[in-house]
Amino acid sequence: MSQTGLSYEQAPPYGLPLRFFLTAPLFLMLAAVAAIPTAADWTADPHTLAAVALTHLLTLGVLGMVMQGALLQMLPVVVGTPVPASHWVARLGHLGLAAGALLLATGLYRGSPLLLNIAMLALAAGWLPFLAAAAVSLARARTASPLTLIPMRLAWLGALLTVALGLWLAGVLAGDLDPNGIEQGLGLHVAWGLTGWVLLLVMGVAYQVVPMLQITPPYPAGYARWAAWVVFAALALLSLASFAGMSSLAEAGYGLLGASLAGFGLVTLDLQRRRRRRLTDATLLFWRLGMLSLVILAPLPWLYPRLPAELQGAAAVMGGLIFLLGFAVSVVSGMLYKIVPFLAWFHLQTQTGARAGSIPNMKEFLPDSEARRHWWLHLVAVLWLVPAPWLPPAYAAPGLLLLALAAYMLWHNLLGCVRLFRRYGGRLH
Amino acid sequence: MTPITRLLSNDHDHCDQLFAAAENAVQARDWAHAEAAFAAFSQALARHFAAEEETLFPAFEARSGMSGGPTFVMRSEHLQMRELVAQMAAAVERRDDAGFLGASETLLMLMRQHNLKEEQILYPMTDRILAGEADLVEALRETLQAD
Repeated sequence: MSQTGLSYEQAPPYGLPLRFFLTAPLFLMLAAVAAIPTAADWTADPHTLAAVALTHLLTLGVLGMVMQGALLQMLPVVVGTPVPASHWVARLGHLGLAAGALLLATGLYRGSPLLLNIAMLALAAGWLPFLAAAAVSLARARTASPLTLIPMRLAWLGALLTVALGLWLAGVLAGDLDPNGIEQGLGLHVAWGLTGWVLLLVMGVAYQVVPMLQITPPYPAGYARWAAWVVFAALALLSLASFAGMSSLAEAGYGLLGASLAGFGLVTLDLQRRRRRRLTDATLLFWRLGMLSLVILAPLPWLYPRLPAELQGAAAVMGGLIFLLGFAVSVVSGMLYKIVPFLAWFHLQTQTGARAGSIPNMKEFLPDSEARRHWWLHLVAVLWLVPAPWLPPAYAAPGLLLLALAAYMLWHNLLGCVRLFRRYGGRLH
Repeated sequence: MTPITRLLSNDHDHCDQLFAAAENAVQARDWAHAEAAFAAFSQALARHFAAEEETLFPAFEARSGMSGGPTFVMRSEHLQMRELVAQMAAAVERRDDAGFLGASETLLMLMRQHNLKEEQILYPMTDRILAGEADLVEALRETLQAD
C-alpha cells in the first residue's frame, strides 16, 4: 500500500526542474553566438570539430538539460512512480550536463585530450545517476498506460546506448582508446541519440500531452502501439548493418526511420487539426513547427546515400539544423511555456493556500503574447538558417544572431515568470 | 472488470468536451452562448466531484483504512479546481475574456494531470478494493446523471 501511496507525494520543489529549464536557453544562446565565427567549418561538414562541438552544446546543454528536468518532474505523474533520490540526481545531472557540455565543446574545438577526459567524467556523472534513477521509476511503473511506457522505456535504452557510445568516442578522440570501428560508432551514436532518445521520448510525452493540452482525440491505438517499436526496429537494423556491413539492411533501417518521422509528424498534425479547443497558443505554434520539420526531414534518410559525395556534407548539416532547431528546440520551447507557468501557479497556490483570484493565473505568469514573439523570432531564425550550408559562411551570421535573440527571449520570459512567483512569496525549495 | 475506472474516466472526457465548448465560446466573445456552455461545464464538474467525494472516496477510505493518502490529495486538488471555476464564473459575469482564459488554461492543466493520476492509479485501486460492489457503481452513475 505504501508504494502506491508514495505516488501521491507532492511534486518535487519548483527549484528542482527550474534549474534545468533556466540553464537551457543560455546554452542555446551560447551555441548561436559560438556558431558565428566558426560558420566556415560547421556549414561545410557535420564531422568538423566545430560542428560536433556546437551539436553537443545543443544536444547536452539544451535538449538533455530540459529533458532531464522535465522527466524528474513528470515521471511521478505520468508513469505513477517516484524517482528515487531525485534531489541528488537533479544536482548531479544539472552540474554534470552543464560542465560536461562546456568542457566537451571546448575540448573538441581546441583538440585537448585533458579537457575531453574531464568532460567524460562530468558527462558520466551527469547521465548515469539520472539513468539509474529513471530506470527504477520506469521499471516499477505498473499502472501507467503502456502506450506511454513503451516509448519511454525504449527512449531510456536509446539514451543509455547514446551515452555509452559517446563516452567511447570521446575516449577515442582523447587518444585513450582504440579507434577501430570509430566510423560505425559515430553513425550509431548520432542515430540512437537523435531518434532512439530524442524522438522516442518526444513520442512518449506527446501521447500524453497532445490530447491533454488541446483536447484532441487520443493517438490512434494501432499507431501508438507500434510506432515506437518501428523506430526501435529501424535502429536495430542500422546497428546490425553497420557491424555486419550489410547495406541492404541499412537501407531498410533508413527507410523505416524516414517513415517514422513522417508518420509521427503527420499523425500529430492531424490530431491538432481535430482539436476541440480552438485556442491557438504559442505552444501549439511551436509544436506545429516541430512536426512540420519532421515531415520535411522524412525523405532525407532515404535521399542521403543517393546524393553525390560533394553534396552529402551540406545535406547532413541541413538535416541536423531541421531536426535540432526546427523540431527538437521548438517542441521543447513549447513544453516549457506550459510547464514553467503551471508549476509557478501550482506551487504558489499550494505553498500559500491563496485563493485562486488573489494570485496570478498561468497567462499572467507568462503572457502568451511574449511567448508568441519568441516563436516568431525562432521561426525566422530557423527559416534563415536551414539553407545556410549551401551558401557562403557569412550568410549564417544574421540568422544566428536572431537565434541568440530568440533564446534570450525564452530565458527572459521564463525568468519573468519566476520573478513574479518570488514576488508573491513563492519558495523555490 | 473495471467498472469504476470506465465510468469515471468517461465522465472526465465528458467534462473536457464541455470545458472546450465553454472556452471556445468565451474566446469568440459569444457571451450568450458562453454563459450556457460554462454553466453546463461547471454543473458537470460539480456532479463529478460530488460522486467522488460523497460516494467513492468514503467507500475507498472505509475499505482501505487510508484517509490521509490518495483521497486526501484528490480532495485538496478538487478544492483548487473549485477556486479556479469560481474565478471563471466571475469572469463570465464581468465579460472578461482574458481573465477567463487565464484561469481556464490553469484549470485545464490542473484538471488533466489530476485526471491522469485518478485514471492510472486511484480508479484501478478502487476497482480492485471495491470489486463486486454493483450498488456503488449504480450510486456513482446516479450522481453523475442527476439534474
